[in-house]
Amino acid sequence: MEITIGAVVQGGTSLGYKTGTWRDERPILDMEQCKACGVCVSVCPDSAVHVKGETYIIDYDYCKGCGLCGYECPADAISMVKEEK
Amino acid sequence: MSTQNLSNDQELFVSGHRACHGCGMSLAVRHILKATGKDVIVVTPTGCLETFTSPYGYSPWRVPWIHHLFENGPAIATGVVAALKAQKRESERVVAIGGDGSTFDIGFGSLSGMLERGDDVLYICVDNGAYMNTGGQRSSASPIYSSTTTDPAGKRSLGKLQKKKDLPTIIAAHGVPYVATASVAYLKDLQKKVKKAMGYHGARYIQIDSTCPSVWGFPSDQTLEVARRGVQSGMVPLFEMEDGEVTKVRKIKKKIPVEEYLKTQKRFKHIFSDADGREEIQTIQALADSNIERYGLLKKTAPQDAEVQD
Amino acid sequence: MNNTSVMEGSEAVAVAVKACRPHVISAYPISPQTHIVESLARMVAGGELDSQYVRVESEFSAASVISGASAAGSRSYTASSSQGLLLMTEVFYASAGMRLPFVITGVNRQISAPISIQVDHQDTMSLRDSGVIQFYVESSQEAYDTHMAAFKIAEDPGILLPVMVCMDGWILTHSYERITLLEQDEVDGFLPPFQPVNSLDVNDPKSWGSYAEEDMLMEFKYAVHQAMQSGKKRMKEIFTELAQITGRDHGGLIEAYRTEDAEFILVAMGSVTGTVKEAVDELRSEGKALGLIKLRCYRPFPHEDILNAIKGARAVGVMEANFSMGSEGAVSMDLKAKLCGQKDAPLVVSFIAGLGGREININTVRNIVEELEGVAGSDVPQLEPRWVGLNTDILPKGVE
Ligand SMILES: Cc1ncc(C[n+]2csc(CCOP(=O)(O)OP(=O)(O)O)c2C)c(N)n1
Ligand code: SF4
Ligand code: SF4
Ligand code: SF4
Ligand SMILES: [Mg+2]
Repeated sequence: MEITIGAVVQGGTSLGYKTGTWRDERPILDMEQCKACGVCVSVCPDSAVHVKGETYIIDYDYCKGCGLCGYECPADAISMVKEEK
Repeated sequence: MSTQNLSNDQELFVSGHRACHGCGMSLAVRHILKATGKDVIVVTPTGCLETFTSPYGYSPWRVPWIHHLFENGPAIATGVVAALKAQKRESERVVAIGGDGSTFDIGFGSLSGMLERGDDVLYICVDNGAYMNTGGQRSSASPIYSSTTTDPAGKRSLGKLQKKKDLPTIIAAHGVPYVATASVAYLKDLQKKVKKAMGYHGARYIQIDSTCPSVWGFPSDQTLEVARRGVQSGMVPLFEMEDGEVTKVRKIKKKIPVEEYLKTQKRFKHIFSDADGREEIQTIQALADSNIERYGLLKKTAPQDAEVQD
Repeated sequence: MNNTSVMEGSEAVAVAVKACRPHVISAYPISPQTHIVESLARMVAGGELDSQYVRVESEFSAASVISGASAAGSRSYTASSSQGLLLMTEVFYASAGMRLPFVITGVNRQISAPISIQVDHQDTMSLRDSGVIQFYVESSQEAYDTHMAAFKIAEDPGILLPVMVCMDGWILTHSYERITLLEQDEVDGFLPPFQPVNSLDVNDPKSWGSYAEEDMLMEFKYAVHQAMQSGKKRMKEIFTELAQITGRDHGGLIEAYRTEDAEFILVAMGSVTGTVKEAVDELRSEGKALGLIKLRCYRPFPHEDILNAIKGARAVGVMEANFSMGSEGAVSMDLKAKLCGQKDAPLVVSFIAGLGGREININTVRNIVEELEGVAGSDVPQLEPRWVGLNTDILPKGVE
């Protein structure tokens, strides 16, 4: 990588850094139980929960497995399971 | 980009930053930017936020962002504002987001100057009550009896003996139009306050209680739980001040004893370890009660004019 | 063009800065710099100067404000002295590393303690490692001209560094001199508006102030050094271009004064070079082969030009209004380092002269030359600096 003058970088480039490898526990979202309230999207510090149409999807490329979405989900639709490494 | 092709399109603060698991501050920042929209330039002094968003080549900021030093966030922000004015770039605004160490302590002179001049900056302190970037040393924002690495609890120490500096009041005394406190526990409220602050011109201040699982010592899934308890116990009063007067408070729904907050975190563990701890807990309870009294956080104690908000 | 006017040195700087049309000026008082920012304040208040003028609460903020403004694409300026410059030190390092161009006048003054407001070069020279380019001037006219060049150099896309124009406090800032001014259109022709390479802009969000690990930190630092080194050529071109407009050539990075064929050469910087030139003329008329190198640029250190000018000399005496405690004068250190290992290198002797405003007159210079001649003949290496005019009578017991 060629360095820039003054170490100025383009914004939004952290998408190139996959924090998913940090995960010890994996949140599993069960759409059967999901009430589509959007809380998980809102509370994820890593912007790793997305809505596609009606479906809520966790982006495991970036999810660090903090468990916050699961803890806050009012429908208990997200469970944390040990990450297989 | 995401191998699952999931979109970060809606985000101005995108995935791939290196905050700890469940970091309250990173969550706060995501929501701050949702509220400001894209037409802001963000200034961040040295601290966790800078460190976890600045590794060379990997920036999560989709707004222009600058980090310069630890103690000059407000002055850098002033410089940017002056440049925007000189260039007549009226649609761009400046937001500074700094930790409590830079805000309450080392950058306080710079902040006071910025406030006194009334520079058009929204200054947001993401307050995690210690110098986290360097491992959790005491700041003047650390709560009383918290154990920090430079004021650790021990046989002859109860941790920090002084209460948290009342910065919002000091800031309001500068005569700025808007001062507010917020918490990561209430993200809509947080966004509302940021939006409201953006409606004012001049220097404005918001202090956000930003829970830190790594150094406070609690499991990363409880970031919002701990923050909520802070608010519900009265330890973290949420209010707004306009032109020096408290105009709105966020009511406590169901008051909880401070123990319910303190016991969630390792930094207060020592005050539960023996019977003497009762006294410290009582002191903290008295502080929470005085917050409740002062800001009218319970429904029946609301000051006459303050608009009630649940 | 013949617009001349008698004015205070500080005023000359303010007039030059005004002509450069800075967007942002920050101001904090400290003697002997204060008259500059006061002049600028009057210009803004009077409507003659359309700049954002920020009255900061410290020099730390003064330097920070112009750094932020520079990052947002504005030409920016401040001035300071002594304690104020030291308070700015951390900002200078960061802004140089982030390649934020701006111009600052460093009005030279001694550093506490003991506190003193008298002139010497300790303050600005203590900043030598920061990445800030430094010029030193002999006269207020040179200060006026150099500020024009300073903005152009700072903002050059191949350089992009803060530039400090250093001028002696009181001697220049508070004395009156006839200054020949440029017409505004001449200045505008020489110095077009700042075209930043990067800037904080919502339409192209970039991030500044990255964290760099050990795999690239060194490369970033090297790039700053190279901007200075390769910038030397550009600086000289800019000075030449300016000289063509003003008709005044102050030299490039150095001014070599009567150094051809000189057996002994003095090196000096700042206003004292006027006195030294007179002494050189006098001593030349008495048959001594003496010359002067006026160091106009201290960082980057123009060693190529100096080595070229001292070729063939027997000894070089460096007159230093600075001192690196526990070692010697800073310029001698640079010069000796560059000469080390060179064939037929002249002897270099460090003369500490003029600390804290101690007077340097023609006789002082004569004495220095005499001492230089004396040691030039001996084979004893000159490891210790010579403190010129040190009054040993008043030293406390035990201090030798
Ligand atoms: C002048 C200076 N002193 C000390 C430091 C070291 N330092 C960097 S960040 C930091 C603590 C930051 O604390 P705070 O502002 O509360 O932010 P946090 O990391 O807690 O979010 C310290 C002490 C520094 N970078 N610069
Ligand atoms: S928080 Fe739970 S219920 Fe709400 S959208 Fe997410 S998974 Fe569904
Ligand atoms: S576990 Fe944490 S990081 Fe992963 S999706 Fe849930 S909230 Fe986001
Ligand atoms: S130490 Fe605390 S504030 Fe800092 S990144 Fe980790 S969780 Fe966030
Ligand atoms: Mg902190």
